[in-house]
Amino acid sequence: MLSRLIPVRETILGAAILALLLLIASRFSGFVAPANLLNVFNDTAPLIILALGQMVVILTRCIDLSVAANLALTGMAVAMLNVAMPGLPIPVIIAVAIGLGAVMGAINGLLVWKLMIPPIVVTLGTMAVFRGIIFLISDGKWVNAHEMSDAFTGFPRAVILGLPVLSWVALLTVAIFGIMMSRTALGRSIFAVGGNPDAAVYTGIDVGRVKFLAFVLSGALAGLTGYLWVARYAVAYVDIAGGFELEVVAACVIGGISIAGGIGSVGGAVLGALFLGVIKNALPVINISPFWQLAISGSAILIAVAFNARSGKTKGRIILKSAEASE
Amino acid sequence: MSVLKKVMASAALAATMASAPAIAQDDVRIALVVKALGIGFFEAAAKGAEEAAEELGNVEIIYTGPTDTTAEGQIEVINALIAQNVDAIAISANDTDALVPALKKAMNRGITVISWDSGVAAEGRQLHLNPSSNALIGNMIIKLAADHLPDGGDVAVLSATTTSTNQNIWIEEMTKVMGEYPGINVVTTVYGDDLADKSYREATGLMQSYPDLDAIIAPTSVGIVAAAQAVVDAGKVGEVNVTGLGLPSEMAGAIESGASQSFAIWNPIDLGYSATMLAYQLAANDVVAEPGADIPMGRMGTLTLDENTEGAMADPFVYDASNIEEFKSIF
Repeated sequence: MLSRLIPVRETILGAAILALLLLIASRFSGFVAPANLLNVFNDTAPLIILALGQMVVILTRCIDLSVAANLALTGMAVAMLNVAMPGLPIPVIIAVAIGLGAVMGAINGLLVWKLMIPPIVVTLGTMAVFRGIIFLISDGKWVNAHEMSDAFTGFPRAVILGLPVLSWVALLTVAIFGIMMSRTALGRSIFAVGGNPDAAVYTGIDVGRVKFLAFVLSGALAGLTGYLWVARYAVAYVDIAGGFELEVVAACVIGGISIAGGIGSVGGAVLGALFLGVIKNALPVINISPFWQLAISGSAILIAVAFNARSGKTKGRIILKSAEASE
Repeated sequence: MSVLKKVMASAALAATMASAPAIAQDDVRIALVVKALGIGFFEAAAKGAEEAAEELGNVEIIYTGPTDTTAEGQIEVINALIAQNVDAIAISANDTDALVPALKKAMNRGITVISWDSGVAAEGRQLHLNPSSNALIGNMIIKLAADHLPDGGDVAVLSATTTSTNQNIWIEEMTKVMGEYPGINVVTTVYGDDLADKSYREATGLMQSYPDLDAIIAPTSVGIVAAAQAVVDAGKVGEVNVTGLGLPSEMAGAIESGASQSFAIWNPIDLGYSATMLAYQLAANDVVAEPGADIPMGRMGTLTLDENTEGAMADPFVYDASNIEEFKSIF
C-alpha cells in the first residue's frame, strides 16, 4: 500500500515529461514560459478529466470507447439547450451535462453488467449510437458561437486566482479521484475487481455493480467535459472530438494503467495525459513537418508504453505479492 | 374492369398534359430543383431565381425538391416536372449518377436540363454551373488577407488534413498568384485536420511561433471558426486577422468579435440567379451549351464552358460586418 504513495513509475514518467520540456525548450524557448505551461495544462484539462474516468473503467478490466461520442452528444445537447433557453444558469447546464453523461455511462454499464456483453463491443456500439443521435437531434447542423450565450462560453475561460475555470475543474477532479481511489470503499473495490475478480467476489464485492459504477463515473466525466469542450471551442457539431477516445486510452496506457486491469494510479493517468498534452502543444510550435508529426506522436506513445511495460512487469508482481501477503 | 380503369387513367393524364402546355405558352417555366426543401442555402438560391425571373419578365419559377436529401426523392420530382412539361430544369443533385436516366428522359422530351452547385454526370445535363473555380478560390483567399494588409505582412495557412484534395488545390492555386501580392509573405502551412481542437491548437501555435503574424488563412469551415476562437482567446483581436472560407452562420460570432475582418464563400442568391439566367438562355433563346461557349447570365457576366461543359460563376462572395447580419440566418 505504501509503495503506491511513493510510486516509481510516476517518477519516471514525470522525469520523461521534464526531459521532453527541456528538449522542446532547446528549439523554442518560449514554450517553457510559466504562462505557456499554464496554457498547455489548460489545453490538456479535458484529456485529464476523461483519462481519470477511463482509468476507473480500465482498472475494472473494461474499456470505454464511447467517451468521445458521449462528450459530443452531451456537448450538442447542452449547446442546443443554451440556444433554446439562453437564460438558464450555468450550474443547471453543468448538472444537465453531468446527468446526461452519467445516463449514457449507465447504459454502457448496464449492458456490461446485466447482459454480460464484452465492454469493447458495448462501447463500440454505443459510440456509433451516440454519434448517430447527435445527427438526429441536430439535423447535422452546427451550433455556433454567436448563438451561444456569453455566460455559456465564458464559464470555462473565467480566470480565478490566475487559472481558468477549465483548469480548476481538472484539478478538482484529480483531487476527488485521488481521495476516492485511496480512501473510499468504492475506490478500493475498483482495484480489487480488476486485480482479481474471483477474490473480489469472495470478499463480498459485487463485481458487475462495481463495473457499472465505473462506467457511470466515466460517463459523468465525459458529460462534464462535453459542456466544457463545446464552451471552450464555442462550436458544437456532429464530429467534435472525433477519435478522441483513442487519445484518452493512450493517456491511460502511457500513465501506466494496465489494460489487463487492477494496476494504475490517479497520478499516472494525470501524467500520461500531460505527456500527450505537452507533445500535442509542442509539435505545432517546434516547426516540424506535419507529415512527421503523426509519426512522432505515435512513436512517443509506443516508447512510453514499452518503457512502462518493462518497468511495470516486476512492479506488478510485487503489488500482487504484497496484496496476497496482506490478505 | 381494369381496362376501363386504364382508359380512364389515360384520359385523365391526357387531359392534364393537354392543359399543361396551355400555361406554358406565355411564360418560360423554369424548375429550380434543390437537394431538399427547407434548407436556408437553397431558399436563398430561390430568392435569386425569382430576381432573375423578374428581370427577364416572362419567366415562371417553380421552386421544388424532395423533403429529404435523397436521389430517389429528386427522381420523383423530376418525373413530376416532365409530366408538367416544364421548359427547363435547373438542379442541384443529391447524386451524380443516379439522376442521369430521369434527366435524360427529360432532355428527350425537349426540356432544357442544367445542374448547378452540386453537379450531375455530363450525359445527364447540358451544362454545369460551378459556384467558383479552384483558381478563383486560390486567388480570393490570399486577396482577403492582402486587402487588410496594405503594407504587406506575414500570413500563415491553416488547412484541413495534409491529404484534403480541395484545400491542397486551393493552396497550390494561391501559391501561383503570390507574385501579384508583393509584400505578403506566407510563412507556413499547418494542418488542423478539420478538428476543432487540433485547429485551435495549431492556430495558437502559429501565434507563438510567429509573434508578428498578421493573418491566418483557413480555407476550411472548421479551421476558420477554430482559428478565430484561438485569436480571441489569445487576446490578439486586431493584430491577427482570420480569413478564408467559411459559412456566414458559423462565422457571425467571429465577425462580431473582430477576430475576422472578412471571409468568403459562394453567394447562394447569385447562384440561383445565374442558374435561372442560364436555363432561360438555353430554353428560350436557343443558345447551345457546347465546350468553349460563352453564355450570358445577366448581372453576373458570362459563363465560359470548358471541355466538360462546366463553368465557374464568379469569385467567391466576400462577407464582412456590412452583410453578415443578412446572411447569417440564410446558411
